[in-house]
Amino acid sequence: MWQALRDELNASSNNGFELITVGLDALGNAGCQTFMEAAQPTHPALIDRHHQLAEKFGVINIPSSIWIDENGIIVRPAEPAPAPPKPADAEPAAAPDLSAAPERLKSMMMEAAKIPSNPEAYHAALRDWVAKGAASEFAMSPDQVINRSRPRSVEVATGHAHFELATALQIDGHQEAAIEHFRHAHELVPDSWTFRRQAWSLQPVGDGPFARFWQGPAPDSPDSWPYEGGWLEDIQREGAENYNAPWEP
Amino acid sequence: MLHRSSTITRSEFEQHTGWVFKPEGACKGDVCIPLRDNSGDNPNDKSAMLDLESLAEQMGMPLISSPQHKLWALGPESVSSRALTSASAPPLSLPDLAGKPFDLASLRGKKVVVYAWAPY
Repeated sequence: MWQALRDELNASSNNGFELITVGLDALGNAGCQTFMEAAQPTHPALIDRHHQLAEKFGVINIPSSIWIDENGIIVRPAEPAPAPPKPADAEPAAAPDLSAAPERLKSMMMEAAKIPSNPEAYHAALRDWVAKGAASEFAMSPDQVINRSRPRSVEVATGHAHFELATALQIDGHQEAAIEHFRHAHELVPDSWTFRRQAWSLQPVGDGPFARFWQGPAPDSPDSWPYEGGWLEDIQREGAENYNAPWEP
Repeated sequence: MLHRSSTITRSEFEQHTGWVFKPEGACKGDVCIPLRDNSGDNPNDKSAMLDLESLAEQMGMPLISSPQHKLWALGPESVSSRALTSASAPPLSLPDLAGKPFDLASLRGKKVVVYAWAPY
């Protein structure tokens, strides 16, 4: 869907628009390749094993986007980016067959369905900006961009350093050491879902298609789970309505 | 920023963090942080080797290290109390599936949406 939107906006702007997709995964190609090949991107499609987008732009959840103008100035900081709305005449997507899925996955899908999203408003704003540039009401001033980016205390910055170290340790095969630093990152940057999801996904449960999506303790060995929460546990505690900050013009 | 040594050249630091060494200190956008051991030193000497721990402390950037694994992770600044110190896009170079690095700055002249996703 993003690919089609990219092609449309690239054409309507006379090649004045580009999309870059960035997969945030310490596993690198091993984690991202299948999805990237299926998407057949015609735009730059990159891999960010150490989550530089978190440190440099303040990405705390996915999917998120950042808008950057022709002069390299950010005009909207990292914010939730819903998939483009389907055309009115599109066939409704077939509901995935979850009959064989474990109960946990069914519960996760139910929570995910409750996450609020307003793709119409977001994508109308994106089209407006691509058409009008700085004159668009959705392009922010530099001061607005800085103030709208995520709060960053010394503690949060320290959490980012722990997270980067954790990804490097993980890649080098030092998983026990990595877990310790992931845990510090979770404590110091409690609003980052990506920091948690990344760490949870590196503790796959089983080896089936749901292994990395389990994101929580294994039913047969719950005590071996090295983290405080899990995706289902955390979203139930925090509320699906708080999973993303509401999009504001 | 990840590093495999406790020292770093000025050019490496600039390239990875977006901070630029000037006579008044390390600068990004409108913000400059004075550096005490800059005096008598030429900030234009980009090959000068700096001690990462001392630099991190002066810049207010956290440094978390694991020397036995030869890993130093320099966290970002928090001088603006925000993730962004400046609205200028920071330097960003990331590989594609083939491992070929792509530089965000190569798209100057176009509007760009950077879209973050994850396979988990």
